[in-house]
Amino acid sequence: MKTYFPLFVLLLALTVVAGSLAPRPDAGEFALARFGRLPVLADGRIKPMATIARTSLLMLQGRQRVIAPEGSRLTPEEWLLDLFFEGSKADTERIFRIDSPDVLLLFNLSPADGEGGTRFSFHQLEAGLDELDRQARLAEPVENAARTSFQRAVVELREHVAYYDRLKFSLQPPDRADFAAEIADADRLRAEQTAFASMDTYSLLRAVPPLSGVPDPALWQNVGHALHAVTGPAEVPPAVRAYAVLGQAWRDRSPAAFNAVLGTYEAQLADPFPDAIRRARFEAAFDRAEPFITSLYLYVAAFLLAALSWLVWPEELGRAAFRLMALAFLLATAGIAARMWLEARPPVTNLYSSALFIGWGSVGLCLILERMNRNGVASAAGSLIGFSTLIIAHHLSLSGDTMEMMRAVLDSNFWLSTHVVTVTTGYAATFLAGFLAIIYIVRGVFTRSLDARTADALARMVYGIVCFATLFSFVGTMLGGIWADQSWGRFWGWDPKENGALLIVIWNAVILHCRWGGLVRQRGLMALAVFGNIVTAWSWFGTNMLGVGLHSYGFTNAAFHGLILFVGCQLAVIALAAIPRARWRSRNGPAAA
Amino acid sequence: MNTSRPPVPAADRPHGRGSLRAILGACASLRLTVGLLCLSLVMIFVATLDQVHLGVWGVQQKYFHAFLVWVKLPGTAISLPVFPGGYLLGGALLVNLITAHLCRFRLSAKKAGIWLTHCGLILLLIGEGVSGLLQRDGQVRLDVGQSQRYVESFRENELAVTDTTDPRNDLVVAIPVAHLQATETLQDPRLPFSIRPVAFFENAKLRVRSQLTTPPPAVATAGDGTDLLVDPAPVTYKPDETNWPSSYIELAGPDGPLGTWLVSTLLEQPQTFTYQGRSWQLALRARRDYLPFTLTLKKFTHDIYPGTDIPKNFASTLQLRGDSGGDDRVVQISMNKPLRTAGYAFYQAGFANNDRTSVLQAVRNPSWQIPYWSCGMIALGLLVQFGLGLFGSLRRRSAAAAAVRQPAPLPL
Repeated sequence: MKTYFPLFVLLLALTVVAGSLAPRPDAGEFALARFGRLPVLADGRIKPMATIARTSLLMLQGRQRVIAPEGSRLTPEEWLLDLFFEGSKADTERIFRIDSPDVLLLFNLSPADGEGGTRFSFHQLEAGLDELDRQARLAEPVENAARTSFQRAVVELREHVAYYDRLKFSLQPPDRADFAAEIADADRLRAEQTAFASMDTYSLLRAVPPLSGVPDPALWQNVGHALHAVTGPAEVPPAVRAYAVLGQAWRDRSPAAFNAVLGTYEAQLADPFPDAIRRARFEAAFDRAEPFITSLYLYVAAFLLAALSWLVWPEELGRAAFRLMALAFLLATAGIAARMWLEARPPVTNLYSSALFIGWGSVGLCLILERMNRNGVASAAGSLIGFSTLIIAHHLSLSGDTMEMMRAVLDSNFWLSTHVVTVTTGYAATFLAGFLAIIYIVRGVFTRSLDARTADALARMVYGIVCFATLFSFVGTMLGGIWADQSWGRFWGWDPKENGALLIVIWNAVILHCRWGGLVRQRGLMALAVFGNIVTAWSWFGTNMLGVGLHSYGFTNAAFHGLILFVGCQLAVIALAAIPRARWRSRNGPAAA
Repeated sequence: MNTSRPPVPAADRPHGRGSLRAILGACASLRLTVGLLCLSLVMIFVATLDQVHLGVWGVQQKYFHAFLVWVKLPGTAISLPVFPGGYLLGGALLVNLITAHLCRFRLSAKKAGIWLTHCGLILLLIGEGVSGLLQRDGQVRLDVGQSQRYVESFRENELAVTDTTDPRNDLVVAIPVAHLQATETLQDPRLPFSIRPVAFFENAKLRVRSQLTTPPPAVATAGDGTDLLVDPAPVTYKPDETNWPSSYIELAGPDGPLGTWLVSTLLEQPQTFTYQGRSWQLALRARRDYLPFTLTLKKFTHDIYPGTDIPKNFASTLQLRGDSGGDDRVVQISMNKPLRTAGYAFYQAGFANNDRTSVLQAVRNPSWQIPYWSCGMIALGLLVQFGLGLFGSLRRRSAAAAAVRQPAPLPL
């Protein structure tokens, strides 16, 4: 049993992974997955409806699941169809997340009125929207950094309501029960020009591909614009007609008609836009598979197994942990590769992808370290970092689509792939050294498992990783300087993000010089490495919170408390390291410590 | 990587007798290196936080381009030095590094990585100092169709006194603002009058006197400023705000004062007057560095991603005409693609006026290549150093593994 345990764990995990990647059939008769693959243009790029549905829900309510008032579950695609074609029904679905009781007061609501105490429907908010607008306008002149949490909450909620409203205007005028009949009638078409004009103003999506078949994203139109100045039904673009019929079928609860018009429209698109269709199809499948969520669970399991291996069955549990981590790493690799193909970009383009990449890089290093040492330590550290960075990435994904278009100044694949990837690898390595040091300190202080051999092995790993981190963070920072010289005319401008990267380089240099000069031994080395976590976390997130400088592309308030908490934890670990070695439970460790 | 045998700190070993050696030893010490690095760390961190209040430029002046960081005691005008600044720390690190190499390090193949890294670092520190002294930057703002042959400074201003009598040729005497901040009367052999600074305001607004209910007496007695009043404003360091300096100046000929003028960067048109039969213009304006060529903006494009307002690219197409007549060509400057010519580099920095105006940043830095060389040296040095370490450690590992596989024969 013991011998086969690692194999058993691996097979179990493989089954889970295969299950997550396999295409899932639609629960009902509507071909929702196929609807999810339809391409539209939004935020400057062509993406599938599935992405629109998922990113919208994540942004509005922090999760993808929708619970209908009667208690049944809706898929993101079903929710989006309701919103497009049956607005009054969508308005009763509780998908606005409101955490602040003060904001709820604006609507005369209490947590008890919401789903799970925090989610409310458009219908519930409707009566208080004017007051929300007034409050948001009072808050707007205040600089973002100086706003109170109430002000931030009202501004954000108003943005969410506007976003929701704009989605409604995307495929047909909201709450129109017979739009398909309307566009088939010349008189009614002419009479509706005002409605089309407001669709043109508000629509969030450009759903109508160019009739010419030229694959230029700039030629995609929104429905309102496409219907503007149309004089007869013959001039209505096929995409508008297809979506109108789709909406009718959805309202009529007629899967047969729904699936039929979907098939016709897909066939119309396939020929002129093979590339857009291929990418949209792939992205929809990627959205459904959620590879990063699966690898998040695998990292948790790997960490637990690795930690257990220090108590019982060191060989078998250690091997099982290593395999799980390797599998999670492969899955994350596939996920990152998929994103790179979809975006046609290097792996790191924004804060979200930097979180993915830091996790990936650290775990990759840990796989090598674990192969060299086989003591479960690198597996534990790697899966812990993998898990944490995916959690961070998940929270970052709540602000909208994670595949944003690159602003002009950042639009350089060459520098993104050299500077950004190298400097992010430096972050990853510095974190890894810090997490290995945490394992050393925690195991040493609280357990008897840190024997001299393990302690020496950990010290070697930390030292090696700090060397690696110094090299990558230095080269990455300097490449950044060269990029800045190429595009802004100065090599170094003391911008917060530049300073952050420099701090990491300096701190790694401090660790190495202390080590070389004999100013610290093992215990001191570990404490310094843990402080490296604080320096890196501040450079990664703290600098963006200042809201100044050329790199402040990822301003995030919610992360502030997280950062404070993280710094507190690291300081606590450093304080533990300050306890004299004689008081540690593993006091029989390395004599030199 | 020799982790198990921490070396004895060579720096702390006495090299010999004599106070010079003791001083050199202290200067070369590794403890000093670590101490200086930690101080730099604190300084950079605090300076980065302070950017919220002072902006990037203000912080550079206060922390990085300073020997000491001065802090004003609250409620008083007294400033005290509280921390070493960038120049002091950088200089001290430089001394530490150089003396360490003179006293401690031997030139050997094993240390090649360290030598290369540290030499690169020395070059980098020197290069940063040099570029701080030599770099000049400013901007060129051009409307479509407009031509310009000078770079305007971002922050520095000058008082331009121009003799416009000759319609073909203007004679400009540019006086740096620093002279207006002093109290001495200025006399220039090219000017038939002297200039006495009466008052200077680093940042101010202008008010129309006649619109006030109880107007204070006018200070300016001549020019466009006789109905204007200076309303001093606090100096701003915000990146999106500009300081608008103003000054009262009194011009005087040999026969006595000609009058007091108000000059301000807020007054867009130069003020004109005649004296001794010649026409003169007065203007407080951004400092100009004249270029050896003329730039004419032919076209400006600003692309966005469809359906968003996210900028995709900015590009300016310009005609470049050299003064000597050797150069007359079309050049293009866009995001990440600067134009380097005649010692200047021009970058697409921004736009204004509904995409009709292009803003170019112009930089002149003769030492711009130093960071490239120094970073290359450091990167190579680190690679050699850590590569040797890794190689050595792997070799030791495999030797140890081989020793385990083939135990030595037992002694009989």
